[in-house]
Amino acid sequence: MNESWVLFKRNLRNFWRIFSHNKLGLLGAFLVFTAIFVAVFAPLLTPYAPTDIIRDANGRGMTFAPPSAHGPLGTDDAGRDIWSQLVYGARISLTVGFLAGFMAMFVGSLFGIMAGYFSGRVDNVLMRITDVLLVIPDLPLMLILVATLRQMDLRISPLSVLIVVIGLLYWTSTARLIRSQVLTIKERQFVDRARAFGAGHWYIIRKHILPQIMPLIVANTVLILSTAILIESGLAFLGLGDPTKPSWGTMLNFAFDRNAVTNGAWWFYLPPGLAIVWVTLGCVLLGNVLEELLNPRLTEHHLEGDQNMIAIKRKGAE
Amino acid sequence: MTIQPLLSVRHLTTEFQLANHQVARALENVSFDVRPGQTLGLVGESGCGKTTTLMSVMRLLPASGRITEGNIYFKGTDLLTLSERDMRAFRWKEIAIIFQGSMNALNPVMKVGDQISEAILLHNQTEREAAEQRVGELLEMVGIQRLRRNQYPFQYSGGMRQRAMIAMALACSPALLFADEPTTALDVMIQAQVLELLKQIQINLGLTIVLVTHDLGVIAEMCDEVVVMYGGKVAEYGPAELIYNQPQHPYTQRLLKAFPDLNRATEAADSAGQDLVTIPGSPPRLNALPPGCRFNPRCQESVDICTQFAPDLVNMAAPGSSARHLAACHLLNGMKIEDL
Amino acid sequence: MSTELILEVNQLYTLFPMRQSMMDLLRHRTPEVVRAVDGVSFWLQKGEVLALVGESGCGKTTIARTLIGLENSTSGEILFKGQRVSVNGKDKQAISLKQLRQRVQVVFQDPYESLNPRATILDIVAEPLDVNGLAKDSRERVAHVKIALEEVGLRPAEDYLLRYPHELSGGQRQRVVIAGAMVLEPELLLADEPVSMLDVSIRAEILNLLNALRRSRGISILFITHDLGTVGHFADRLAVMYLGRIVEIGPTAEVLKNPQHPYTKALLSVVPMPNPNLRRKMVILSGETPNPINLPPGCRFHPRCPMVKEACKVSDPPLIALEHAHQAACLQAT
Repeated sequence: MNESWVLFKRNLRNFWRIFSHNKLGLLGAFLVFTAIFVAVFAPLLTPYAPTDIIRDANGRGMTFAPPSAHGPLGTDDAGRDIWSQLVYGARISLTVGFLAGFMAMFVGSLFGIMAGYFSGRVDNVLMRITDVLLVIPDLPLMLILVATLRQMDLRISPLSVLIVVIGLLYWTSTARLIRSQVLTIKERQFVDRARAFGAGHWYIIRKHILPQIMPLIVANTVLILSTAILIESGLAFLGLGDPTKPSWGTMLNFAFDRNAVTNGAWWFYLPPGLAIVWVTLGCVLLGNVLEELLNPRLTEHHLEGDQNMIAIKRKGAE
Repeated sequence: MTIQPLLSVRHLTTEFQLANHQVARALENVSFDVRPGQTLGLVGESGCGKTTTLMSVMRLLPASGRITEGNIYFKGTDLLTLSERDMRAFRWKEIAIIFQGSMNALNPVMKVGDQISEAILLHNQTEREAAEQRVGELLEMVGIQRLRRNQYPFQYSGGMRQRAMIAMALACSPALLFADEPTTALDVMIQAQVLELLKQIQINLGLTIVLVTHDLGVIAEMCDEVVVMYGGKVAEYGPAELIYNQPQHPYTQRLLKAFPDLNRATEAADSAGQDLVTIPGSPPRLNALPPGCRFNPRCQESVDICTQFAPDLVNMAAPGSSARHLAACHLLNGMKIEDL
Repeated sequence: MSTELILEVNQLYTLFPMRQSMMDLLRHRTPEVVRAVDGVSFWLQKGEVLALVGESGCGKTTIARTLIGLENSTSGEILFKGQRVSVNGKDKQAISLKQLRQRVQVVFQDPYESLNPRATILDIVAEPLDVNGLAKDSRERVAHVKIALEEVGLRPAEDYLLRYPHELSGGQRQRVVIAGAMVLEPELLLADEPVSMLDVSIRAEILNLLNALRRSRGISILFITHDLGTVGHFADRLAVMYLGRIVEIGPTAEVLKNPQHPYTKALLSVVPMPNPNLRRKMVILSGETPNPINLPPGCRFHPRCPMVKEACKVSDPPLIALEHAHQAACLQAT
């Protein structure tokens, strides 16, 4: 529809106008998008495949070779190029992190909206489930679940296991956040007005609740992603990743397992660590700024918009 | 012998810096006097500058606000010449303020009595016991049982919270009390109670009050003199009787007619369904003020000169009368005034 | 004004049970009840404006919310044009809430809060159509909205369609709210404090607009407010409420000139009048309106009544008919 497009462009322009002045936000966006870029265009950025062994003039694998003309980040214990591994590892880290993050966001938002909107028994049940999961420490539980699921020979790839486990356990804080926001929105007069017209639950959720919490969801998603990537890295570091498809966490796992530290091959363990920090920092910066900008409370009261409004709240006996 | 005014505001001009580097003149050339023991009303619609006036006098403007011109004489001292430290000696001890939303002004996690004694101790070198005594006195003065000093604001009703605010404001026995829309959010009966309380306190303590509100009924009930503000300027200023019975400024005239009045309503109700008088348009945005007289876009009697030059205040009081009834309108033939 | 009754309310009760603590539940205590609407009956003729006046907590807003189905009535009867309104959808003879909502609309108090800040004016005004599935296609939808906007004085309508609420002034926003209420061409409007939050000069505009709509469309209006001054100019009849009951009702002029209930008299005596020369005896009631949970025995106003007698502490007076279709719930009304 023509009007929606016009509106969308206008809103986008307004958003960009404010966002482009926010240095931290721009930095965050830069960090995140470069990481994505690198992951997407991996083959174009690497001279070798991650599994290729670089051989020297004598045909021997150049093990633990420091950064040089052959490879900007040196080689690992078997002579494979670290830079290539890093770049291809980005694909794994980001994919697992993003998918797990989105899953957590989805489950969390669903629970949050249901609990907040329907209140009563639904709220109680959902919140008790949330509480139980909140109480159990995340990482140990995930460890146990991943390890158990892998042992069960369910023909699910190890990465999928990671995604599912993180996604299914990490939504609790989101759920609480969304729920409290929904509780506030539900009481607002424009929701009452819609009900007075005869609007049903789904209409209200779709047309009134969701648009109001969407900015919060977006901002929160970015923040969740950062932690999902961290968790994935952590679990992979502990050996629960897929060794055939190494993420940055797996690289760290290899680095320690294969004595990179004792051999002084800092180019093996620093780059993946820094890469994790790069993306996580980017997500956090971006997420924080988005949250600030998209917070419905901040965008509503445009001081220039209306100075004719008396902000006199009649609360009578209060 | 004329009594020296307690507060004398002259040519007060206040500006605000807006987000997009524009400057909004919230107040321009505002002047008025408040005599001791009197109640002055500042009336106008939203955005006219009445609250900004109070905040300017107390020098409590937000960071984006600046007083660019004028003098504020309080008991002879120009408050604008004082340092912030010296100004603090005046705040609360000489000039106190009560606000509209009592729930916002009271600390929800502190007992009411503690908040009042805090106000006392901050400004006076007294002992705790003396302060506690005073808290009891103040609560009694405003009609709250002494025992309730140990309760929290949420345990008070709306009317009681407003009284608690009045008690806090009177803690240091100020000479001047600013009341910013003190009863706007209250039910009409509670409003009557609070206004009655203010009247009593004024008589008992010789308090001077500046009352800011948009309610013309409250002004008529409480105020000796009235300043009608529009778009940051004084439109009309004079004794309440003259303002209500012989309004000179077109805005005042129409505002009075637009204000639903029970007496007129009782007559009108016999022919119910008659239209109320309105003022077309809306108050000006302070960052987009019209040229010339600020009221001219909405004025039925506007002529050419109104769009070019802002009118000066002229005195419309009857010749020989000592009263000053000022209005700023080109169409009026009044006496020019020198000292205002 | 025809004599057809558009709305009839009989003995309406809306009670809210209070939440109980664990201890209360264990001790099988009967829950305390907030008697928000405690036996209210009135009628409204076609084309008439009835003002429901009272202080906060008197139940006037709860009545409106109950009529439109935002609250469930505990008992009582609501008749719309002679037909009973079914509360739970079981009565076949009655009109359903859904049908009622196409004939009765609400205008809420806060013109900022009642509009979704993220929705365009077009979507806001079209909402009743969308919710009820009434606009066949986009063009028809826009057409309906334009008509409604022009009718409330927002011209040219095209300029407003894609704007957001924060771009409009308070008065304009309230016009949008009224446009939204008009889009389904209702026969009854429930206006809950429609002008309390607007500047004085803007209030008159909105009231005049409602008056114009009443004249052009013959809508009946239930006008809820705490502001007695506004009422005089606008309402045909006036009902004063206290603690969930109507304590006085009658033609506006009658009630304003000749109030019979002590509460009405007190209220009228303290409404600030824009006349500094006025000398009148103000009856300032002491204390605050009591909690609608613990009602005093007998007449619910007796603890604060300046004319209280012994009988008042014992018997709860119903509305007693006086002259000129004027009723007051006071044992001492003439």
